[in-house]
Amino acid sequence: MPTYTLNINGEEREVDASQDTPLLWVLRDHLNLLGTKYACGIAQCGSCTVHLDGNAIRSCTFPVSAVRDAEITTIEGLSENGDHPVQQAWLQHDVSQCGYCQAGQIMTAAALLNQNADPSDQEIQSAMNGILCRCGTYLRINKAIKTAAKNS
Amino acid sequence: MLGFSWFSALAKDPKAANLPDEIFEINAYIKIHPDGKVTILSPNPEIGQNVKTSMPLIVAEELDVDWNDVRVEQASLDTSKYTRQLAGGSQSIRLGWDSLRMAGATAKLLMVTAAAQEWNAEIEDLTTDKGVITNTNTGETIGYGDIASKAVSIPIPDEVPLKDTDDFTLIGKNIKNVDGFEIVTGKPLFGYDFTREGMTLAMIIHPPAFGMRLKSYVDTEVRSMPGVKDVFTIDTSIDDPQWSDVNAFNELIVITGNTTWEILNAKKALQVEWEAVSELENSDDHMRKLADAIQNGSGNMERVDGDPEAVAARAPTVIERTYTAPFLPHNPMAPMNFFADVKEDSAELIGPVQTPEQLRASASQLLGLPEENIHVDMTRMGGGFGRRLYGNFGLEAAAISQKIGGPVKLIYTREDDMTQGTYRPAYAIKYKAALDNDGSLMSFQAKGTGMPGDSLYANRYPAGTLDHYSCEKIPIQTNISTGAWRAPNSNFTASAEQCFMDELAEAAGKDPIEFRLDLFDRAMRDPVGEENDYEADRYAGVLELIREKSNWGQEMPGVYRGVAAYFSYGSYAAQVVDLVKEGDDIKIQKVWCAVDCGIVVNMEGAVNQVEGCIIDGLGHAMYSELTFNDGVPQQSNFNNYRIMRNSEAPAEIEVFFVESDTHPTGLGEPPFPPIMPAYANALYKATGNRYYNQPYMVKDQTMLAMHR
Repeated sequence: MPTYTLNINGEEREVDASQDTPLLWVLRDHLNLLGTKYACGIAQCGSCTVHLDGNAIRSCTFPVSAVRDAEITTIEGLSENGDHPVQQAWLQHDVSQCGYCQAGQIMTAAALLNQNADPSDQEIQSAMNGILCRCGTYLRINKAIKTAAKNS
Repeated sequence: MLGFSWFSALAKDPKAANLPDEIFEINAYIKIHPDGKVTILSPNPEIGQNVKTSMPLIVAEELDVDWNDVRVEQASLDTSKYTRQLAGGSQSIRLGWDSLRMAGATAKLLMVTAAAQEWNAEIEDLTTDKGVITNTNTGETIGYGDIASKAVSIPIPDEVPLKDTDDFTLIGKNIKNVDGFEIVTGKPLFGYDFTREGMTLAMIIHPPAFGMRLKSYVDTEVRSMPGVKDVFTIDTSIDDPQWSDVNAFNELIVITGNTTWEILNAKKALQVEWEAVSELENSDDHMRKLADAIQNGSGNMERVDGDPEAVAARAPTVIERTYTAPFLPHNPMAPMNFFADVKEDSAELIGPVQTPEQLRASASQLLGLPEENIHVDMTRMGGGFGRRLYGNFGLEAAAISQKIGGPVKLIYTREDDMTQGTYRPAYAIKYKAALDNDGSLMSFQAKGTGMPGDSLYANRYPAGTLDHYSCEKIPIQTNISTGAWRAPNSNFTASAEQCFMDELAEAAGKDPIEFRLDLFDRAMRDPVGEENDYEADRYAGVLELIREKSNWGQEMPGVYRGVAAYFSYGSYAAQVVDLVKEGDDIKIQKVWCAVDCGIVVNMEGAVNQVEGCIIDGLGHAMYSELTFNDGVPQQSNFNNYRIMRNSEAPAEIEVFFVESDTHPTGLGEPPFPPIMPAYANALYKATGNRYYNQPYMVKDQTMLAMHR
């Protein structure tokens, strides 16, 4: 089984995993980083979203062998103390219901704001459209992104 | 009567009083720390309905502590301390209200009594505020943390005063989710995240079709795959199943291994033969059976007032409409999972379950262990919606752990979850109503069927509002397993009934709100029958509130409006939906919602629940359905099963609560049912078409053929 040296949340981590192992399971099973969630496994719901060099990717279908030298950021590494503007805005708007999808929502929102500091309503909806929430917290998510954009 | 079962948990150890650094367990809900901080235990399972915040909030209100000093802990299952540790029927607050208040008020009284003894003062002269007791005569003060050691030895008083609702300082305010920070920082709160040293991972393979069971499998190749530990079968059948033991597939193949990906690969590679043991059902047949029952069947007449058939036979206008809805999977975002560590004489079960007490009882049978030797802990749940009322996954984890003799975490894939069953039943309802020449409703007949069961409530509106009424039920059998799904039965009946009301109002030439209010007027003045299960004035109240707030009746060019109201789980909800056209698209511009759920415990959480109900309800009414081909569910993941996405949600939702000082009732479900018909009624205004069959955006909307 090949060994991969991954840069995750600013740390080098070594894992032994078959090359087709999705990054999601490397994070969860090999590295005990449990903040990134499984919900569909086929890149349809976005609960597993992490950053690859700052871009939002679906870790459930992203093979570990494709990471190479890229920097991975997970929800655990988004900020030191939960003080990323997106996390703070999420708290301010009390977004979560069950909370299971919110790591994926937050990571997608943070990547959006990296690329577009002041997104329009439509740009927010289009960026967030891939992240499902069965509890139906979309309106709060969108408001929180507006707040985060203002406070970034 | 108030529930006092938690008194048994009172700390009675006299040694505790001599240990000032001790945390004092005042009762089953409250621990006071020496520094004045307070731990409040939340008894009920948290599925996203936010009871982990709102239940402790009620305790804190009566205890009179600063919310910032409160830390909330999820209680373990403990039937000696708590009653009804269950998440279902929107009942946690409704049934917990009195005992939660009593828990806080009693603890406060014990500490005040202890302070009075300490100061040689009268209880009446002491006041409390934010965890500090003040002697109003002397100005002396003492914090709860300093008096708790004395309070634990005070006998429980016979009478405990509760606050006047006007004196609430926390209840009704905007209080944030107590797990909010842990959620946004990705802490492992959920069952899927649970880990323990030495734990094995397990996944299951269930039959691909309802009506099938395992015949044989060949595991030689799979056993040699990397990371695979074992392949075996389990059977979770028990002799005396409870209502929560719904499960179409008790016999399962289990693969255990080191990592999820390795087990997933083994699952794909395993060669399995299945055999049919009962009918392999098809959606076309389901529709035929529902139609046949509605058209030709006769069933149980649950209620007949007057003679609606005779009235309809001579009425000037008779309207008959049929409505249908498909099976639905629950699809909480976290698929089913559970941890189990079963030993020779004890077991530990940890995970997301809405019915921990029922799981323990069934596990006791399955494992052959007494209930008192089984410990159950609840993790935060990645959604429930009713699916986690049925703890088959907990039993499966227990069976696997017993078999391998060690700790195990069972996890489902989305496909396992969506094709396992326990679905919302498929339903059909036919309504027939007669109007007189003035447009007054003369008779109303409801005939409901479902696979299995039906979705009607005989004593709900419009029963009681008119002299001639009947409710008939025709159940149909199926081998597809079904269960409670957010707002069970109401989740379809509201659509059928409130869409029909809209058509009746139109045929009567009346405004749809006015038409409904006229009926409630009769039910308030002179109700028909004594079994009606709603309060007509509160039902009318939410309609009047939404009429006022939404400026109903005002001309709004380019806006297509629909209205609906429904009563369920003790609460009343009325909604107005505003649609606008954007090119070929119809967008939901705004939803207005009025709710009467008695006292609102946590305004922030309450509004969030209402918004969620609206978005979740709209998505399921518009897009979601589960179909079958030879017993095989045709949708298995979010690539072919659609729920609402961000850009499809209403642009705005505004929520209004009826001001109330009556006992709180449900909220996680009541705003869900009426949004479907409010939307369909607005859609009619926008398109000119009536909507009879869910999901509205997918299905042909013509009624069952025989009615045309």
